[in-house]
Amino acid sequence: MDFPLSLVWIAVALFLIGVYLSWTAGRLDRLHTRIDASRAALDAQLLRRASVTQELAVSGLLDPAAAMVLHQAAHAARQAEEDQREVAESELSQALRAVFEEPEQIEALRRAPGGDESVGELAEAARRVPMARRFHNDAVRAARALRRHRKVRLFRLAGHAPFPLAFEMDDEPPTALTERVAR
Amino acid sequence: MRIGIVCPYSWDVPGGVQFHVRDLAQHLIGRGHEVSVLAPADEDTELPPYVVSAGRAVPVPYNGSVARINFGFLSAARVRRWVHDGDFDVLHIHEPASPSLALLACWAAQGPIVGTFHTSNPRSRGMIAAYPILQSALEKISARIAVSEYARRTLVEHLGGDAVVIPNGVDVGFFERARPRAEWQGGTLGFIGRIDEPRKGLPVLIAALPKILRELPDTRLLVAGRGDEKEAVAGLPKEMRERVEFLGMVTDEAKAELLSSVDVYVAPNTGGESFGIILVEAMSAGAPVLASDLDAFAQVLDGGEAGQLFTSEDADDLAAKAVDLLRDPARRAELRDRARRHVQRFDWSTVGADILSVYETVTQGAASVAEDERAGLWSRLGLARD
Repeated sequence: MDFPLSLVWIAVALFLIGVYLSWTAGRLDRLHTRIDASRAALDAQLLRRASVTQELAVSGLLDPAAAMVLHQAAHAARQAEEDQREVAESELSQALRAVFEEPEQIEALRRAPGGDESVGELAEAARRVPMARRFHNDAVRAARALRRHRKVRLFRLAGHAPFPLAFEMDDEPPTALTERVAR
Repeated sequence: MRIGIVCPYSWDVPGGVQFHVRDLAQHLIGRGHEVSVLAPADEDTELPPYVVSAGRAVPVPYNGSVARINFGFLSAARVRRWVHDGDFDVLHIHEPASPSLALLACWAAQGPIVGTFHTSNPRSRGMIAAYPILQSALEKISARIAVSEYARRTLVEHLGGDAVVIPNGVDVGFFERARPRAEWQGGTLGFIGRIDEPRKGLPVLIAALPKILRELPDTRLLVAGRGDEKEAVAGLPKEMRERVEFLGMVTDEAKAELLSSVDVYVAPNTGGESFGIILVEAMSAGAPVLASDLDAFAQVLDGGEAGQLFTSEDADDLAAKAVDLLRDPARRAELRDRARRHVQRFDWSTVGADILSVYETVTQGAASVAEDERAGLWSRLGLARD
């Protein structure tokens, strides 16, 4: 049978390209899943931080001025629309830093009944927000790097998934809160 | 939580990463978690109950030196079986960028994966060529941990992305409890590390010794570690050689006692350090630390607050700083005091809690770790054997 060899080669090449593209699409799909998961984790940590702050504010353990500042910032962070979220969360970080700047404030809070527990919860929450945000932005960066690639754009491997955006905010926790000195 | 930890280096060879994995596993088990460690090991090595052997690592030339590596079909199958049987909530892979068990595990698994980057290798041509292969595996890691700010910086430069910094852990209490031995006290400098590894810096310290002895003739240098002792002191005048005492390899207990006995612990390393666990151990035991100003060391010593720094590889500077410290008990006491407060952040109670926070962050709402069905070309083509 007379079958041109070049046709076979073209078929093989097309097949290999197909496998490669499908593998790349799989990679991208996995990255998008990772972004969804890390974003959910970040949301959970932010919400947790705002809730703990709000609880502290209404607990009566703080002076009224500090309580009002914290309550307002935590409330704003929880109610913020998606496009205002980064600003509101940053303002909550700033409010926390302003209130808990002095180690004395934290010591006083710790001595109050139930205070030690609340401080522990807040420290935990303030520590986990930057963690979750780094993991999320790391996933976003990996996905963006791949999506900018020619093959992905040309063959529209990303489908209709929105271009991933990093979550930018000021998440610096109050130093006095995260400093775990020997007690 | 069910936690699977992958250690890329042979369990039977002592090393920083191995010790870290061992201590982490024991700490997590102590907190009531289920832990399984997958590590290369020779058949006849006795393993603790939580370690699963991944077979013997094969020495292969890689990146300018000989690396002991697990690879190939059998190893990959073992990793897959371990991932499958373990049914872990989270997989913690150490040194995921090394071509070994760690990379195999990255490749074979999907789900919440945490990666810890210990060393910071300079970028090599081989690495750049391997970048696409590496990238597709590293993409699966949902959370990266770097052991120091320095390690994080190199990680960001080489691979992009970001990481959280969680230092290596030390059992601070163990070193705090150690009691000094009288024979190691009285004008003593301490050094612990491989004698014949120039990057550990013993030659710099030996070069500084004549200057120190001229000022303070009663000073003694105590050296613990493997290597050729004669060669190490060959550069010294004969009468000075007896001021150097070699203790050979020491046990963990003797190491702690040595650290709590000496007046100054000297870390003259010239490079290749991404953390500096020995400095934390020295500080925990109450030894004032004099260390070269490597990025990693400066960071562990809180920018020179918790220990004295000298210009790396500068024997004159080392000698001057050592003499100052030996002559000034008040300064030593001050350093000791600051160091004691500073080391708490390296204690396992803190480090373990931070690592668990990372686990909890990535597992929240995520499915558990499973085999990656898409891993192989064979399975994509429907040719996978089961």
